[in-house]
Amino acid sequence: MGSNSAEYDGAREHGVREPGTRDRTGRGATGVGRRGLIKRSVALGLISVPTMSFLSACASGGGDDQDKAEAGKKTAKNPLGVNDTAPMEFVLFDGGFGKEYAEDAVAVYEKAFPGAKVKFSATQKIQSTLQPRFNQGTPPDLIDNSGAEQMDMGTLVGKKQLTDLTPLLDAPSYDDPGTKVRDTLRPGIVEMGRFDGEQVWILYYAYTVYGVWYSQKALDSLDEQYPETWDQMLAVCAKAKKKGMAGWTYAGKYPYYLPFSLYPMIGKVGGREVLDAIDNLEPNAWKHPAVKACFEAYYELQQKGYVLKGTPGLDHIQSQTAWAKGDALFIPNGSWVENESANVLPDDFGLAVSAPTGLDSSDKLPFGTLWASGGEPFVVPAKAANAPGGMEQLRIMLSEASSKNFTGKVKSLTAYNGGTDGIELTPGLKSGVAALEVAGENVVNPRLQDWYVQLQKEKIGVSGLGEMMAGRATPAETIKKIQAFADETAKDSSIKHYKHQ
Amino acid sequence: MQHGKYRFIVGFLAVPLGLYALFVVWPFVQSIYYSFTDWTGLSPDFEMVGFANYERMLDDGIFWKSLRHSLLFALLVPVVTIALALFLSFMINVGGRRRRGGPVISGVRGSALYKIVYFFPQVLSIAIVALLFAFAYNPDSGAINSFLRAVGLGGVQPLWLGDPDLALWAVMAVIVWSTVGFFVVLFSAGMASIPLDLYEAALLDGANRITTFFRLTLPLLWDTVQSGWVYMGILALGAESFAVVHIMTTGPGGPDYSTTVMVLYVYQKAFRDGQAAYATTIGVALLLVTLAFAAVVMRLGRRERLEY
Repeated sequence: MGSNSAEYDGAREHGVREPGTRDRTGRGATGVGRRGLIKRSVALGLISVPTMSFLSACASGGGDDQDKAEAGKKTAKNPLGVNDTAPMEFVLFDGGFGKEYAEDAVAVYEKAFPGAKVKFSATQKIQSTLQPRFNQGTPPDLIDNSGAEQMDMGTLVGKKQLTDLTPLLDAPSYDDPGTKVRDTLRPGIVEMGRFDGEQVWILYYAYTVYGVWYSQKALDSLDEQYPETWDQMLAVCAKAKKKGMAGWTYAGKYPYYLPFSLYPMIGKVGGREVLDAIDNLEPNAWKHPAVKACFEAYYELQQKGYVLKGTPGLDHIQSQTAWAKGDALFIPNGSWVENESANVLPDDFGLAVSAPTGLDSSDKLPFGTLWASGGEPFVVPAKAANAPGGMEQLRIMLSEASSKNFTGKVKSLTAYNGGTDGIELTPGLKSGVAALEVAGENVVNPRLQDWYVQLQKEKIGVSGLGEMMAGRATPAETIKKIQAFADETAKDSSIKHYKHQ
Repeated sequence: MQHGKYRFIVGFLAVPLGLYALFVVWPFVQSIYYSFTDWTGLSPDFEMVGFANYERMLDDGIFWKSLRHSLLFALLVPVVTIALALFLSFMINVGGRRRRGGPVISGVRGSALYKIVYFFPQVLSIAIVALLFAFAYNPDSGAINSFLRAVGLGGVQPLWLGDPDLALWAVMAVIVWSTVGFFVVLFSAGMASIPLDLYEAALLDGANRITTFFRLTLPLLWDTVQSGWVYMGILALGAESFAVVHIMTTGPGGPDYSTTVMVLYVYQKAFRDGQAAYATTIGVALLLVTLAFAAVVMRLGRRERLEY
């Protein structure tokens, strides 16, 4: 934004200059003779030639890479061969999960390598702190690239800025030398870390369950169960409406929350292939009958007045607050909602999550089909001085003890499959674990939101679903619009494209 | 003397000009240079791509939408803000009824208080103002719709920021609200320097308040108005519109691209999509728009300067 403030200054100069002085500069130009002109152009040439080489060496950095630390000896205790005296730098996103869990993990690292100096920092400004360091070729060794200032993963991968984490995945796990790290992870984690090809660039540490969140108490008061078919869903909403309660609300200003329940519903109705085709930006992927059926189902909620009035003007916090107050029954969301809404949720709310409601018994996948995926993407930069150190730190975090520590402290699951025994789970977390058990193998993992951010949020979310759920566009129009957006993205050569493997 | 003069001037100007070149001109040159590359902003290697970014920009529907909205901001927001500020400052300084025993020219009753009240929003940062209005525009429990319900207009419950036809106006209103106070103070200062005897002469000639304003106050205040106009236009093209659109609107930039502006698009391309080069291309377009705006206003506003 630096150039912006420069513009104001420049133009303000024009603004406040007094009328009288303007003529003088004009006259000055006519006073330059031919010799002066030649002199000036030579001078300009002299300046501009070195300028061009200097230019490329400024904001985009020189690209002088830092020296890599020498590899240490690989032992059973140190399978990644970490140099036990090399410093390690870890930058964490300081968000909803706080930084305590990472500090605890750093302490374990320091204990294992007493000779190594660990520099740990936590910030919300990931991009503004780290983008220059990537440009200079001196990034830290481990980064939690998360939050509003997340650096675009596709670009980082495309520009070969990340280290392949396969050695970490193939290393023995922290708790059991007989099991590889990759076999201790929850479904989808390894796959999510891939972009194209076999390399795994990202390790998502937190594990998020997406779905329809509701109050068990409110459902009980209606004398209803969570609906499994769409007819039941409409019946529950009708019943709620009679009691003056809306069926649904959602983050109207950020309608890209709707896919949290809509996409797995599409997957349930039409099968996994439909979602894969959408992610792969295949032609006419959105025109699949399953997509149409699910869009129409959601549109029906709006048309029948089952969506809380005013929802399109609410942001995520406002919609969650309305839902917590009991103005609406269901909200599509992720498992962070328990933490985020903690201070507005009544104690007896009975927070629960369910896999999305399907259409009917002809759906391809059984009820319980759920979207769950990793959050908090950890990466080790390609130009890190101590990449094995960064990976070792991750290996420590993926131990049962660290995972349990995380779950206990921040009420969220981790990528480590398990780690919930022996700690008391909050209601939302407990129902998340239960929903994962019901889902079993039927966990879907749509990738649009990490592959094509603009397409997912702005185009499909705000312009497509947002307009439809506000009642300003029909499902048919919306599908046509979204298909056009997807085709546009598929054709755009400035975007890197990915495919499901 | 002629010879030494330039050396003398250069001696004084070298440091400020150097700073200006380094921190103002240099970033301009750089961003223009980057607009011809495919720099992502996330890695030090990039290549020259010629005019590819510019061609892409001309085909980009979102760019055109953002340009249209930015132009609307630059034209409408200053007109409304300055008209409102002129009216308010005239009433505060000149528009009052003549009171027995008081000065010949004075503002309306309580004008000292109004001056402070109008300036109040200026004390708040634009981010806070935007956040406050985001709450006020909440269709469910926000102040505006609650007020409408309270006065019996329960049937009129607009979605405000959620409605593509209203969102842009709602955002503009916030900028006007937050900046009008500054101009009231600016114009008040300008009016204070207009000699009183001119007003007295006008009064003796039987001029009413409207005539006084258009024939006397406005011409004598023209320079201030013109500077204010350019300043406001640039604010509306740049920082203020970015802050309110980014904080308040759906998406941000929506619903359905109804509030996206050029600065927001620059930001999204550079920091969300990792396309820094394309972002600088839009930045160059924004620079041209800003310069053109300033040039047009200065050109249209050129008048004889009045000495008084």
